[in-house]
Amino acid sequence: MEITKIQEIEEKAKQIRIEIVKQVYNARSGHPGGSLSIADIMSVLYFNEMNIDEKNPNLEDRDRFVLSKGHCVAALYSALALRGYFSMEDLSKFRKIDGNLQGHPDMTKVPGIDMSTGSLGQGISAAVGMAIAGKLDNKNYRVYTILGDGEIEEGQVWEAAMSANKYKLDNLCVIVDNNNLQIDGTIEEVIGLNKIEEKFKSFGFETFTIDGHNFEEIIRAFGKAKDTKGKPTCIIAKTVKGKGVSFMENKVEWHGKAPNDEEFKQAINDVFWDGAKKHH
Amino acid sequence: MKLDKKIATRQSYGEALLELGKDNNEIVVFDADLATATKTNLFAKEFPKRFFEMGIAEQNMFGVAAGMSTCGKIPYVSTFAVFAAGRAYDQVRNSICYPKLNVKICATHAGVTVGEDGATHQMLEDISLMRTLPNMTVLCTSDDIQTRWAVKEIANINGPVYLRLCRLATPIIYDETQKFELGKAIQFGNGTDATLFATGVTVSVALKAKEMLKEEGINVRVVDMHTIKPIDEDIIVKCANETDRLISVEDHNVIGGLGSAIAEVLATKAPKKLERLGIQDKFGKSGKAEELMHYFGIDCNAICEHYKQGMQL
Repeated sequence: MEITKIQEIEEKAKQIRIEIVKQVYNARSGHPGGSLSIADIMSVLYFNEMNIDEKNPNLEDRDRFVLSKGHCVAALYSALALRGYFSMEDLSKFRKIDGNLQGHPDMTKVPGIDMSTGSLGQGISAAVGMAIAGKLDNKNYRVYTILGDGEIEEGQVWEAAMSANKYKLDNLCVIVDNNNLQIDGTIEEVIGLNKIEEKFKSFGFETFTIDGHNFEEIIRAFGKAKDTKGKPTCIIAKTVKGKGVSFMENKVEWHGKAPNDEEFKQAINDVFWDGAKKHH
Repeated sequence: MKLDKKIATRQSYGEALLELGKDNNEIVVFDADLATATKTNLFAKEFPKRFFEMGIAEQNMFGVAAGMSTCGKIPYVSTFAVFAAGRAYDQVRNSICYPKLNVKICATHAGVTVGEDGATHQMLEDISLMRTLPNMTVLCTSDDIQTRWAVKEIANINGPVYLRLCRLATPIIYDETQKFELGKAIQFGNGTDATLFATGVTVSVALKAKEMLKEEGINVRVVDMHTIKPIDEDIIVKCANETDRLISVEDHNVIGGLGSAIAEVLATKAPKKLERLGIQDKFGKSGKAEELMHYFGIDCNAICEHYKQGMQL
């Protein structure tokens, strides 16, 4: 991949982060930590990987995206607005009564959202359904879904994994945002998941563990996923919750709260000057 | 009513679904390891590519169906009512009803008439749970002919539907020529002593009670409420005005079911006392279906006795 293309994706990731912080600050609520941890993956998906057309959000042959960890919708809204599905100004209505940008994704209200999600564990099943429909109709579209690592504690995720294996859904790419934190503590403290990659592997997935903030690794993993035939794929993306905002990084308390005025200024400053580069 | 020929609505469903599958290529069918019981096996045999066996994993099944419906398919999803409306409630709520997706939930083995399997498998709260969901249409069909109509009719609704079906074989009530309309209940007779509102398996029971009471000079009418939501408000108000007593009979908890739905209409449109026969806030138990209907007071004798007790009051 050319350097300029990667720089472009990186720049979009930075903008996604800025818009996440602004949305959550304006709404005085939302989920900055997990939104920031998927910003780089979202940027690759929406500005490189997916075959989509913002002018025709319901195109039959488009790639589909399901944000199974629906609470991190601020990242999705940012990507959609930057891509041109709706205006950047609309982002100021995030979580507001006079806007369409609900606290969790609503496919009936926002162009570009392929599935309403929010109750954890459910999005992956919908993604499986879309992938099966693609096989049934001999379509070439691909289906991407991002799950939180905390989310995979839901039993439904593993029910969905079994069905993805049964139907050999090589058009399905599951991404686990492995930032190791959930509301009540670290994954280990809360319940413990042991080896995520081995779990998916034993459910019949081709798996790839990557640095979820390294653009080349993300792009390469999506390429390998696309080349995998006869089985579903799972990318375990090692990420940092709150990535890009110094005081939010790896802090459980930033799962679901908004920055105050001071924190907001600092957060924008962090993203603007350091971006995702800092940790490379 | 042809009392000599009985057929369970689950059987009618399976057969009608097969016919529907021949006419419409977008119909896909899901089951969770109960295809021989829900009768989706008939469709599966004819259209294996459009049948999806999802294993004992109902939550995922409803989610997959939701996802597939976003791609233009019309999923008919079957399992026992207790798993469809109970175990997968959150999936039905959030993945199907909230985005108003075109998924048809066809749940069999509702009510105490499941019989010997007992309380864990006798769903008595599904009407309550499903009718409270926005965007949901709720049907509970009473015989073979009506079920065949419903299976085809719900394909024309662009949105979620819950169709409540039963295991017990029940009499055929209607002629092939009977016309049905969604949201329009069907009235039998013009008796003014009472209205017996019934749905599903209790319709044929109420019709029998109507005949028994007639022999004693009591004239009641029966109303088959095949659509629970949207409910036929007009017929409820009309019957409230035209008959002395109003009685509802259902194989469901009296809390939240048909009786409650009727009571909501009466309370706001035509205040009048409603006597609710059904499962009185209890779980079911093992036994033969007919024995259980007697035990829980929803067979024709119980209806007649209830009516007469009310007269003495």
